[in-house]
Amino acid sequence: MVVDLTQMKPDETGIIKELCGGCDFTKRVQGIGVRPGKRIRKVSSHFWRGPQTVEVDNMRVAIGWGMAKKIFIEVERE
Amino acid sequence: MKKILLMGNPNVGKSAIFSRLTGARIIVSNYPGTTVEFTQGQMKIGEERPLVIDVPGTYTLEPTSKAEEVAVRMLKEGDLVINIVNATNLERNLYLTLELLEKDVPLVIALNMWDETKHQGINIDIEKLEKELGVPVIPTCGLTGEGIKELITRFKEVKNLKTKPSSDSDKWERIGEIVERVQKLTHHHHTFLQRLEELSIKPLSGLPIAAGVIYVSFWAIRLIGEGLITYILEPLFDKAWTPLMLKFGALLGEETFLHDVLIGKLIDGSIDFKMSFGVLTTGIFVPIAMVLPYIISFYLILGILEDFGYLPRLAVLVDNFMHHIGLHGFAIVPMMLGLGCNVPGALALRLLEGRREKFIAATLMAISIPCMAQIAMIVGLVGQRGGQYLGIIFGTLFILLIVKGLIMNKVIKGASPEMLIEIPPYRLPQFRAVIKKLFMRVSGFLKEAVPYVLLGVFFVNILYALNIIQYFSGLFAPVLTGLWGLPKEAISALIIGFLRKDVAIGMLGPLNLTTKQLIIGCTVLAIYFPCIATFVMLVKELGIKDMLKAAVIMMFVALIVGTLLNIIL
Repeated sequence: MVVDLTQMKPDETGIIKELCGGCDFTKRVQGIGVRPGKRIRKVSSHFWRGPQTVEVDNMRVAIGWGMAKKIFIEVERE
Repeated sequence: MKKILLMGNPNVGKSAIFSRLTGARIIVSNYPGTTVEFTQGQMKIGEERPLVIDVPGTYTLEPTSKAEEVAVRMLKEGDLVINIVNATNLERNLYLTLELLEKDVPLVIALNMWDETKHQGINIDIEKLEKELGVPVIPTCGLTGEGIKELITRFKEVKNLKTKPSSDSDKWERIGEIVERVQKLTHHHHTFLQRLEELSIKPLSGLPIAAGVIYVSFWAIRLIGEGLITYILEPLFDKAWTPLMLKFGALLGEETFLHDVLIGKLIDGSIDFKMSFGVLTTGIFVPIAMVLPYIISFYLILGILEDFGYLPRLAVLVDNFMHHIGLHGFAIVPMMLGLGCNVPGALALRLLEGRREKFIAATLMAISIPCMAQIAMIVGLVGQRGGQYLGIIFGTLFILLIVKGLIMNKVIKGASPEMLIEIPPYRLPQFRAVIKKLFMRVSGFLKEAVPYVLLGVFFVNILYALNIIQYFSGLFAPVLTGLWGLPKEAISALIIGFLRKDVAIGMLGPLNLTTKQLIIGCTVLAIYFPCIATFVMLVKELGIKDMLKAAVIMMFVALIVGTLLNIIL
């Protein structure tokens, strides 16, 4: 099933499906290494709509809540 | 070859390589955005002396931030680009490489952090990578200097390929192919540091860790600072400097103008470094024996935290809170630097994106973040009367930070931008690197602050001698005495505060204030206006119009807070 980044659970992994946002948004997010087709692991999510931290390849990135809402991920769930 | 540019993603070690190439001393840390302004230096290759420029890090060549704008502009002037690539994250870094290959400039690649690939189970075939890209690739390690010599000898092989421009998705496809061919990953076990990385970024474990780190940091800063003062500097001044100055004073003759300026007033027949206010007594004692110890201890601890890579994690943890005061988490970095000195703090405001955010951060910093020189003086002066009074001063400033942030966030139109940052891995700080950075910052303080302190103390004496202070104290008595409950002579501290805040706080000493007056004086001095050095830097960063607005806010807040404290205490 496809969820947005904020709906992923800590330690869950998935494949990035789509970035739904403007040109500026996609360029920035892709530039930092978060792009469709990549395996992504959610590390943590912070209280009260705080930033979401994820691991892609060998590195960790913190992404603000609003941006994370625009990143969609294919995860395997029962 | 005249200009060599160092370009690459943020936090790949451009500055470390820069200082290896040029021998120049610049600040290197473990977080993205350490270099916000380009730094330049000269290197020597045989007879040639090309200029090397350390360009701020960028992910792409499409300018989405100030740092990236600078990078794109610089690119037009370069005769050679050294593209620094993080070997542990080849894929992401190659995007900028492909963009650079399309430009009309010769390129050579330094595959940096080569040493870390081994720990992480990454294996890169350098020869294949050279073939794929068509330009020389040299593995390097900026911190140890490995590979730097080879990098220089291969400058002559550089090529200007100027490949055809391709689309975004074509580039990513090409990168996928390259990485597939040159890189092999083997499984590796998580190290202790990696487990710690994970723990410090999860909220439930991260927040207690953050509280612990902050507590231990301040405890260590205080321990080292006080230790240096009590065991080294105070005895040194008392035993060596006082007798010397007393002799010199006798030579000048008491009650002469020169004696007043150089030695100051004698208290009970001897020199009191906090009260005498001569250029050679208080003027030297304040920066060397009161401020310097805390500068040393603060920058030592900050340097360790920076190199370890802790600051970006703190930024993520406080992001939420910072949004309420109109900022985002990364604004913690200029604030932390501001605790050392507001000038580098103001420079680091460039890390922040929008005009709104910069304005809010600048005003909050100028009002609520006292620099270490100021903190040291407040601790030295107020601390003797009891720790709880220090609590009132710093507590007031902290409450102000929150209240003012909340108000500005509501009043100023727009929203704070969202966070998007890379969190670097933890790296054990290297002793030599930490000491080198500490040395640079401390010598910066000695060179830039001490002359101003001496000048400040000199001015105080001149202003008194010419009766200027007496004139102003009459003029401002309604505010000082009426609203803040201070003696009208305290205006002298406010005047000198424009120049140096530490001297200004020191000037409250000889006024024989009550504890309440001392608290109000210190708090008002921290708030009312930045020192001249910070002011100049803020004008540069914000523009004169925004800075004037900020200045009005500062004076207004000082007026209100001083009055409130006078009523409450």
